[in-house]
Amino acid sequence: MLRHTADRIPAVLRRPFVQRLSAIAVIAVIAIVIPAFFPSTYYYRVAALVFVFAIAAIGLNLLMGFAGQVSLGHAGFMGIGAYAVAIGPTHFNIPSWLSFLIGAALSAFVAFIVGRPILRLKGHYLAVATLGFGLLLAIVFVNEARLTGGPDGMLVPRPVLFGWSVRGTETWYWIAAISFVFGAALAANLIDSPTGRALRAIHDSEVAARVLGVDVAKQKLVIFIISAVYASVAGSYLAAFNGHITPDVSGFLRSIELVAMVVLGGIGSIAGSLVGAALLVMLPQVLTFLHDYEQMVLGLVVMGVMIFLRAGIVPSIAAALSRRRA
Amino acid sequence: MMQKYMKIAAASIFAACLAVGSASAQVKIGAILSVTGPASFLGDPEKKTLEMYVADINAKGGVNGKKLELVVYDDGGKPNEALTFAKRLVDEDKITAMVGGSTTGVTLAIIPIFEEAQIPFISLAGAIQIIQPVRKWVFKTPHTDTMACEKIFADLKRRNLTKVALISGTAAFGKSMRDQCVAVAPKAGITVVHEESYGPGDTDMTPQLTNIKGKAGVQAVINTDFGQGPAIVTRNYQQLGIKLPFYQSHGVASKQYINLAGPAAEGVRLPAAALLVADKLSANDKQKPVVEAYKKTYEQKSGQPVSTFGGHAYDGLMILVEAAKRAGSWDKAKVRDEIEKTKGFVGTGGIVNMSPTDHLGLDLTAFRMLEIKKGDWTLVSDSGS
Repeated sequence: MLRHTADRIPAVLRRPFVQRLSAIAVIAVIAIVIPAFFPSTYYYRVAALVFVFAIAAIGLNLLMGFAGQVSLGHAGFMGIGAYAVAIGPTHFNIPSWLSFLIGAALSAFVAFIVGRPILRLKGHYLAVATLGFGLLLAIVFVNEARLTGGPDGMLVPRPVLFGWSVRGTETWYWIAAISFVFGAALAANLIDSPTGRALRAIHDSEVAARVLGVDVAKQKLVIFIISAVYASVAGSYLAAFNGHITPDVSGFLRSIELVAMVVLGGIGSIAGSLVGAALLVMLPQVLTFLHDYEQMVLGLVVMGVMIFLRAGIVPSIAAALSRRRA
Repeated sequence: MMQKYMKIAAASIFAACLAVGSASAQVKIGAILSVTGPASFLGDPEKKTLEMYVADINAKGGVNGKKLELVVYDDGGKPNEALTFAKRLVDEDKITAMVGGSTTGVTLAIIPIFEEAQIPFISLAGAIQIIQPVRKWVFKTPHTDTMACEKIFADLKRRNLTKVALISGTAAFGKSMRDQCVAVAPKAGITVVHEESYGPGDTDMTPQLTNIKGKAGVQAVINTDFGQGPAIVTRNYQQLGIKLPFYQSHGVASKQYINLAGPAAEGVRLPAAALLVADKLSANDKQKPVVEAYKKTYEQKSGQPVSTFGGHAYDGLMILVEAAKRAGSWDKAKVRDEIEKTKGFVGTGGIVNMSPTDHLGLDLTAFRMLEIKKGDWTLVSDSGS
């Protein structure tokens, strides 16, 4: 529904607001109904993780799908969000909700600083810069042991909102699901805003966009900052949900996992981000019966998707179905 | 519309998860281990050990009339994944006890789940925070870094040396051990007169060692790190002609260190678990039969050299099994009480005497002080120097 390849853009633009959000409405209904089928809190946890990672994936998808830029350090922003809700209440007596906002603001600021000089350049400079940025952050989290607990990580205090202590897997499922739907709706709106149209123009041709009067560097920077905030929010949720955080939240492999979620689900597809996150969060759980071959099969599935569903799961299947219908 | 089909597809993948877990009369033992990823050097031997000994116990008829079923999940060293598996072990697999948690990060992350579910949990990770403060359901088998420091300090005292210089790696292990050595030094009557550090991947520590050499009053040098850093420090130490007694940590207690450091390792002392010097233990050593049997079994069945990490898993499983035998049932609370009453258990890591205030139960005898002579380990007697 929310795919945007060059030939389909006009159709997308003609779609009314309500229809634009119908995919998200479907997701919302599923999120409400599916817990009825959960036999235990384990399933709530897995589903909550899917939504949390999907939030980060949407953010990255905005950057990759609409601005055509790759970030290989997005887990670094998750790390900022995660450690904000851990360090704020623990060391500085800042309430969790405020630490959460500070983390998001800090991520935005860091994205601004990192992105500003780099996004003026063309090509994969951002990918390389974010790669370094992610690694640097992981090193900081390991070495600043006084604040972060070092490689063994630190406890994250339970958030308290209006005197109510947020705890329990089911509570977190609802928080993650509602936040995801909200984040997805926001992203869908953004895509159909002037900023979104400008971004798609950049994605198709930077030169053409510039000729049309689009401030390419500025628009890229805006979307990079927005995507960093999405990742930071996801990181904060993950930390508060798990109650414990280690530097691996911002590790390089986590960044790659986020990119994989976006690519597998479908670049430029918001529903795809959810499917990609679901695939990468659930597959390791489903494949445990394979024991030693688990990693190998996981790799095969990812390769298979990339070979047979080249545009990503959601856009490929959507295209196949619409071809059949036509 | 497509998205709707996609959602249905996603939901059915999810539903596929439901089809896990089947009822059985067996007793389920959970194990979350870092079999792959950066901590696989811990998780891999742990998994192999648990599998071979569970098979062995079952071949002998099981425990309390029930066979053991081992449920192993690989967390890849990631606490987030470990948490999901912990929830699965508790909610879906309905395990009776848990042996695992390869790293401290993973263990600390999953402790709340087992505490809440009231399931005995024997961790295989190092840090002292796991058992301090004491948590009702949580135990651990590996000795702590603090004990390695204390062992070194005790040996120094025997040699009438009290002023030391530390040279430590800044990566996880080296830094954590450095902090603990500094923390326990005053209690042991040792003064740290000088400190140097180096980063992971550094290839020359001559400047740091020159500083130490020029520092008056230093009587011995301790290097806290693992991997190849200590081998370089050892070579530089010899190149600078420093004659002070030199100590390494238990982190380098492997043949690889001797190979890397070469002749420079001559005379270096370090604390290590009995398992590494199984063949050198005296005949009346209580641990000798246990470590020799474990070493033989492990090396025969896995075809790989024995490591202390697998030994931690052996100890954890055996402490659990013996506790269940004493309890006469697999009732979780009874098994937990019996684990806490473990006395005189001879494991690969030492002799375990637990109590309500000590959920580790090892003392300094768990470590042996070794000295490298002619490219091989020799035991330093506890009484002499």
